[in-house]
Amino acid sequence: MKVIVPVKRVIDYNVKVRGKADGSGVDLANVKMSMNPFDEIAVEQAIRLKEAGKADEVIAVSVGVKQAQETLRTALAMGADRAILVVAAEDVHNDIEPLTVAKILKGVVDEEQPGLVLCGKQAIDNDMNATGQMLSALMGWSQATFASDLDIDGDSATVTREVDGGLQTIKVNMPTVVTVDLRLNEPRYASLPNIMKAKKKPMDEKTPADYGVDASPRLEIVNTVEPAARAAGIKIGSVDELVEKLKEAGAV
Amino acid sequence: MAVLLLAEVNDGELALDATAKAVTAATALGDVTVLATGATCADAAAEAAKIDGVAKVLCAEDTIYGKRLAEPVADLIVSLAGDYEHIVAPATTDAKNVMPRVAALLDVMMMSDVTAVVDGSTFERPIYAGNAMQTVKSSDAKKVITFRGATFDAAGTGGSAAVESIGAAADPSLSSWVEDKVAASDRPELTSAGVVVSGGRGVGSEDDFKIIEALADKLNAAVGASRAAVDSGYAPNDWQVGQTGKVVAPDLYVAVGISGAIQHLAGMKDSKIIVAINKDEEAPIFQVADFGLVADLFDAVPDLTSKL
Repeated sequence: MKVIVPVKRVIDYNVKVRGKADGSGVDLANVKMSMNPFDEIAVEQAIRLKEAGKADEVIAVSVGVKQAQETLRTALAMGADRAILVVAAEDVHNDIEPLTVAKILKGVVDEEQPGLVLCGKQAIDNDMNATGQMLSALMGWSQATFASDLDIDGDSATVTREVDGGLQTIKVNMPTVVTVDLRLNEPRYASLPNIMKAKKKPMDEKTPADYGVDASPRLEIVNTVEPAARAAGIKIGSVDELVEKLKEAGAV
Repeated sequence: MAVLLLAEVNDGELALDATAKAVTAATALGDVTVLATGATCADAAAEAAKIDGVAKVLCAEDTIYGKRLAEPVADLIVSLAGDYEHIVAPATTDAKNVMPRVAALLDVMMMSDVTAVVDGSTFERPIYAGNAMQTVKSSDAKKVITFRGATFDAAGTGGSAAVESIGAAADPSLSSWVEDKVAASDRPELTSAGVVVSGGRGVGSEDDFKIIEALADKLNAAVGASRAAVDSGYAPNDWQVGQTGKVVAPDLYVAVGISGAIQHLAGMKDSKIIVAINKDEEAPIFQVADFGLVADLFDAVPDLTSKL
């Protein structure tokens, strides 16, 4: 079974986000970029499936700017076998919408015929939480979102999902799309020898047109602003004083 | 203009607060038809019919909707979509599972976690864990939206909309339910509670989380946790407040032993009053706290519990 893992290049989760002065978006020039943390978990899971003998090949796919090849190299260094880069934008500020990404991924899936697509549940830049569900819909496949446990057994997979009330376990027909949550696993660090080896692993370069996909956006960005900052409060000296302040504020 | 709103129904019971908040957001867009689904949904539909601003309720009762699996619910919504310009839902994990699937089947973009309606095509939503707010204008004929509950007040109840039973759509038979592990609790639900007490890594263990729970019970509060506390196994995943957990905006939020990582702040910074208790006076949580107490939580929290 082949496993496809879509990975996204996003601003590093430790970097303080700043809006561009003209309100057109978040400033991404000269900012540290990394693999979306949820996608790292998906890559890790795919590699573990291969190590467990349940997957034969792990293919990492990224849709975005050319620089996303660095993100794909990270996936290869972690243990993915090969990579496909779909160059859909020139400007790093041009975020490709989940619907477009899902359509491109459908093209990749149609070609590669994987048994499983493992996605991060959301990208930490646009926070849309949509690509995996959209791909599943376009394929007419089953879906299991927000996975914290995944067990593949032949024609079906049993997935435990993190939901509002606790945990839900479902069984889905294969092939399927699974989106992963934080507690599925702890991703490995790539070792130096593996980073060197990753440089020699194959990476195909494609365009949306190769898959017959029109990448023009459906959402026009009207503006992007930083939210109003919360006014700084006060430091309290003791529990008694805190109780008094809370009573004054009518909070208790 | 007509709006179809997917009600939040769990095992036949309407999640009134979540649904009523989405109704408030949706009434700005047009006449609201609520869709209730479930193995049983008559009671949920009757309750939804009372929400102010609801024009009509559709009740789709079938065993295939019992556990709200994404594939059958999405197919049902798509079968009804022709009549509506907006298809919306509260931003719960259930709706986040279903709605992007609906959007893709309709060939439209999704707008998740919308916090404000500018007009029928233009919406504001947080990006980068709420570190930026983006206004987007959709060019799609239909708009598929989830509304973030924390930024809308719940619509009142006093209405009496008509309820219409509708048949099920075809069963795609792609997935099946195995089990739910839902912790029974007498405490208020996290996203609708008036007071939330949350613990972080500083609490140190699952056992020590009991002092957080004791304070919460004294305040009739829901219990929350930071990602660090959940990752460390001190608290269950459904307590997580933050960018990837639940977003809350209670009247009072008490953060105990929480440093205040960006991703946690994203989930609680709209709370009306924030109290932080942390022994590290440099902790970023103090930058958003109205009242900050630099103290050892193991002394301060039991003391606070006894004095309230």
